[in-house]
Amino acid sequence: MMRTSLLLLIILLLSSCQSGDPTRSEKQIEVFTWWTSGSEASALETVLEVYQNRYPDVEVVNASIAGGGGSAARPVLQTRLVGGNPPDTWQTHHGAELMGQYVMPGFAASVNDLYDAEGWYELFSPSLIEMVSKDGEPYLVVLNLHRSNTLWYNKHVLAEHGIPMGDALSIEELFRIAEEFQNTEIAPLCMGDTGIWATGIMFENTLAGTIGAERYQGLWNGSTRFTDSDVMEAVRTYGRLLNYQNDDHAALSWDQAADKMADGACVFYSMGDWVYGELIRDGLQENIDFGWVAHPGTEGIHILVTDGFTLARNAPHPEETLNMLRIMGERVVQEDFNLIKGSICARNDCDRSRFGPYLQWAMDEYAKSVAVPTVIHGSAAPADFQQSLNDALTDFVVRRDAEAFTKMLAREARASGFGM
Amino acid sequence: MVNAHWLSRHKGFLILLPSLILTAIFIYGFIGTSFFFSLTNWRTLAVDLSLRDPMWQTYADMLAMPRFQADLRNTVVFTVLFIGLAVSVGLGLAILLDRQIAGKGFFRNTFLFPYALSFIVTGVVWRWIFNPETGINLFFNFLGINRALEAAGMNPLEPGWTTDPAVVFSVNQLLSQIWPGGMSFQIEWGIPVALIPVAIAATWQLSGFVMAMYLGGLGGISPQIRDAARIDGAGDLRLYRSVIIPMLNPITISTVIILLHVSLKIFDLVFAMSGVGPGFATDVPAIFVFEMMFKAARYNLGAAASIVMLIASSLVIVPYLVHTFKHRES
Repeated sequence: MMRTSLLLLIILLLSSCQSGDPTRSEKQIEVFTWWTSGSEASALETVLEVYQNRYPDVEVVNASIAGGGGSAARPVLQTRLVGGNPPDTWQTHHGAELMGQYVMPGFAASVNDLYDAEGWYELFSPSLIEMVSKDGEPYLVVLNLHRSNTLWYNKHVLAEHGIPMGDALSIEELFRIAEEFQNTEIAPLCMGDTGIWATGIMFENTLAGTIGAERYQGLWNGSTRFTDSDVMEAVRTYGRLLNYQNDDHAALSWDQAADKMADGACVFYSMGDWVYGELIRDGLQENIDFGWVAHPGTEGIHILVTDGFTLARNAPHPEETLNMLRIMGERVVQEDFNLIKGSICARNDCDRSRFGPYLQWAMDEYAKSVAVPTVIHGSAAPADFQQSLNDALTDFVVRRDAEAFTKMLAREARASGFGM
Repeated sequence: MVNAHWLSRHKGFLILLPSLILTAIFIYGFIGTSFFFSLTNWRTLAVDLSLRDPMWQTYADMLAMPRFQADLRNTVVFTVLFIGLAVSVGLGLAILLDRQIAGKGFFRNTFLFPYALSFIVTGVVWRWIFNPETGINLFFNFLGINRALEAAGMNPLEPGWTTDPAVVFSVNQLLSQIWPGGMSFQIEWGIPVALIPVAIAATWQLSGFVMAMYLGGLGGISPQIRDAARIDGAGDLRLYRSVIIPMLNPITISTVIILLHVSLKIFDLVFAMSGVGPGFATDVPAIFVFEMMFKAARYNLGAAASIVMLIASSLVIVPYLVHTFKHRES
């Protein structure tokens, strides 16, 4: 009796070991992203379609998991990578996230040969290639570039109040305009921070706009301290801005705040240009319904958010993956993708006439600005500090204690290994 | 022959052996591993199992974090609110159903129904109910309550529910008097307003379960006892207060223990309903563990927090088990 049950147990154990993916031997490629919302999903679909048409016998598995900025996808990815079950290729941001999470622990493989074969060293800007490289070898094929420091505004509301807008706006002008809306139903600033990262964008924009590109970049290598007086001033300015946001900010998500701006219930929105896609989808017209300037003080600074794809080390289907990455780097594919995604090409030879006024503006700004990284989207600092910043912001938005905030960031930067 | 004898003597042990081994590995082995991780330097995706110096620094860091302090506060407040509400509502429903009313079976099933849902479903539904823009706040307008208030010169009733960062009944002043180090608390020790809707949602889900427990208990009280109490002149109120509810004490204890471990480990309901909340007003240790472990990749910190959760649960469960075993032996 006992022998039979033991035998049964052994059989059970063995069969569970073997019940892995039965389709593994067939031609397949698994693409892991967090692009699930309307424009994101259809942008991704254009790329996968090109692949499917060219390689009809390969099964394309779209393993997307919903959640802004990868908040829900990355935990799953992390578990799969550590567990030795990587997808063939996955979406990631450049900089610290790519290097710290995937390259250093040895989960991603170099795509140097692909860059060489396709002549990409000529077609992507050297500064961008440097951002995705370690020891001179690139580890990422960048598909699109977003800008996170744009200040959007509702043109109709400003026109009705007789407020002119130029090509740039200083922070004091922004506060002056905000005062004019103080006793109206309209909130001067839009915010939707159920996901705390949305207010983090406004914080980073204010930080870069107050202390400048050089000092801002210094924060991530320890040459600028979070307790320095200019950083403190930036935090206080950010705290002042919070006084002008819509009352229901804690109940809204970032895209609901964009809808609020589209409806004219609030005026200015400091947010990355993924808002652009949202506004266009709401049926608004650029330069007629909404306008934009650089977030005050960030003229000449481009806070860069990239999306790119890796090659998994020990990818289950390396050949199929390389084909996919090759397609992602093609000019027409990048153009088609970015037109839907509302971002600009990572390649520098895309046809700019296919893009609208905002995206052309973003291209020009990117070309003439200093590109700097962001903590909120993972490129400036390791994941542990990213969490620390989000936690510190959650606290600051309610308590507004600038001193405790900067002290905590300084301490966490030291613990994370980059702050002084 | 010796072998057969040995086998029959140790049969019980041998039959239990596989499950003992599995328990040892998958429960105690992994608890030990988690505890070990909490003492290491592992805070990136790259595994680093060197011990921290000093070894307990991760625990010290964690207890100094305003977020973790808020988590501990929230656990205490949520536990008290939730258990208080769930037990009183459950007992109330059970007493109502225990009286011979029409449609007893229908109501019993209706009240028990929410227990069949998963916490995620409950969380999503109640998130919309307590949404300040679209939820029950619309009823305040709809029913004319706000118009009446405005007419009376008062502010309209527009609670922020889970988006309200306020902490009421703060006891920081009191704490700093009785505990000199109390001033170093980085958070308000009080009742976060945003936790109240979460406790209501949890009560909605589990009061049916509490009711079922009490109905079982009520069924076990013989009619003679009721009759005896009545003959002695006890009215309804007196009957319940002095006779029936005290007789239900063992049920109450079991129920509270079960609810306690629900509230100490709660994750899905809060995660779906309000997340960490404004200023961590609705954050709980389990969300802390999840975010530190799987978002921040701070494995040592996540492991430390889960060990604290384990200790908190054991403080509740172990005395209960000891009590139960003693009871059984005697």
